[in-house]
Amino acid sequence: MSHKATIPIGPYHPLQEEPEFYKLVVDGEKVVDVDVRIGYNHRGIEKLSESKSFDQSIFIVERICGICSSSHPIACVQAVEDIAGIEVPERALYIRSITQELERLHSHLLWLGLAGHFLGYNTVFMWAWKYREPVCDIMETVTGNRQNYAMMKVGGVRRDIEKDHIPYILQRLDELLTKLEMLKGAVLDDPVLHARLKGIGILTKEDAIDYSALGPTSRASGITADVRRDHPYAAYDRIKWNVITREEGDVFAKTVVRILEMMESVSIIRQCLDKMPKGPIDSKPKDIPPGEGIGQVEAPRGECFHYVKSDGSNSPVRHKVRAPTYMNFPTFRETVIGETVSDATIILAAIDPCYCCTERLLIVNDKDKELMNVSELIKMSQEKTALIKKKMGIA
Amino acid sequence: MGLKEKILTKSLYVFHLSSGSCNNCDIEILDCLTPRYDLERFGIILVGSIKHADVLLCTGSTNRQTIPRIKKLYEQMPKPGFVVAFGACGASRGLFKDSYNTGAPLDEIIPVDAYIPGCPPKPEAVIAALVKLIDKVNAKKKG
Repeated sequence: MSHKATIPIGPYHPLQEEPEFYKLVVDGEKVVDVDVRIGYNHRGIEKLSESKSFDQSIFIVERICGICSSSHPIACVQAVEDIAGIEVPERALYIRSITQELERLHSHLLWLGLAGHFLGYNTVFMWAWKYREPVCDIMETVTGNRQNYAMMKVGGVRRDIEKDHIPYILQRLDELLTKLEMLKGAVLDDPVLHARLKGIGILTKEDAIDYSALGPTSRASGITADVRRDHPYAAYDRIKWNVITREEGDVFAKTVVRILEMMESVSIIRQCLDKMPKGPIDSKPKDIPPGEGIGQVEAPRGECFHYVKSDGSNSPVRHKVRAPTYMNFPTFRETVIGETVSDATIILAAIDPCYCCTERLLIVNDKDKELMNVSELIKMSQEKTALIKKKMGIA
Repeated sequence: MGLKEKILTKSLYVFHLSSGSCNNCDIEILDCLTPRYDLERFGIILVGSIKHADVLLCTGSTNRQTIPRIKKLYEQMPKPGFVVAFGACGASRGLFKDSYNTGAPLDEIIPVDAYIPGCPPKPEAVIAALVKLIDKVNAKKKG
């Protein structure tokens, strides 16, 4: 006889950085169902952005998520540039790519550390966060802040990368690369991590397509989707780099994809610093005409999408944000059912969920329209019975 | 100063509460524990339960979902203890003060002992704040 039990996790749980609530239904050791409740982090950013001017709303979207505080602004400014058809100076495009890749480095290292922490492997946590510090140092040198960089601006970037800083950046990147090689070896050759991560939480290619998974979550399941290659923005079409994919779809594959992506990021930053032309960094646009625009960015977790609508005034009339975790999150249910409780946390961590990105609010307004009346419901029910009868072969 | 206050100047156990933040402050809090800043050498660690904590470290602007939970956690916290508002949002709701879902400032919900300004505060600022907190308790002893 089976006995089902419910394990509540959250909203304030030592394992979670952000408040969210999980209900795991377990049968013995096995997870049979999962329910999630979010909404502890909703700040009404889309509405807030509509009350600010185009220049101010960039600072609002920067604070959607602390980790993607370069991806959201780039997507936002691209959407506004799309409305007005603004040409961005070449040098600004390279600087955008550099901040974007620095952000990817810091996000993936942060994830690796937290994944190690969830596995009870605190050495990985301490190491990964220690090697994250050079990235934060470079960020501080280039942008003036460790997080919340405030680099983006409609029509360009706010700060230039100074010539004196380039040797320092390259030196810190070299330091980082040797450590990354070591981390790569440590993770790929570690028998404990192999035993713990291989073959758990498998997301098949079909499921990844059905759920529209994005970023490293989909690339670990054999989908070669990357906004940087498919819809090039910033300077990604001017340099050589590879899209990293794996076929297995388990947690180990997701780890490998992220580690190899960090190597690519270092290579992209080096090429950008090398190829960066001289010139202006801002095209100083004057006003934004009425219209609609979209911005797509490959954030560390996947595609980040912004839609901005303008009516010719100085602030957006509609600003819609779709963060990558919104699409990746449902895959957690698909991957966790049938696994043991002890693996549930690392399977969840493998999609690198970010709740403050995801907490949007959507109101479907159909006040004037009656969706379905009683007779329609009865008709639907009768149709279903007929369908079942047909399937069972009862005429 | 009683025994309880004296103990409070030694090693502080910190409970981290994210009352609707953007993750940045939370990252910087974790960063304080990792090798470069390593607050653990002063006996400061993050604990999993509010019932073990001396300090309630609150990040983010509050909202309707989190206000009752903040109150509940403060009631469960052993006294005497400190409440620290972390970051611009914790201190004044920051950029989100005009939002429809943002609640009252933290110091109108529970009494706050210290504010750490910044968006996000640097780990050095966190260390400075904790030193000041301990000084505050010591000053009470003399006065």
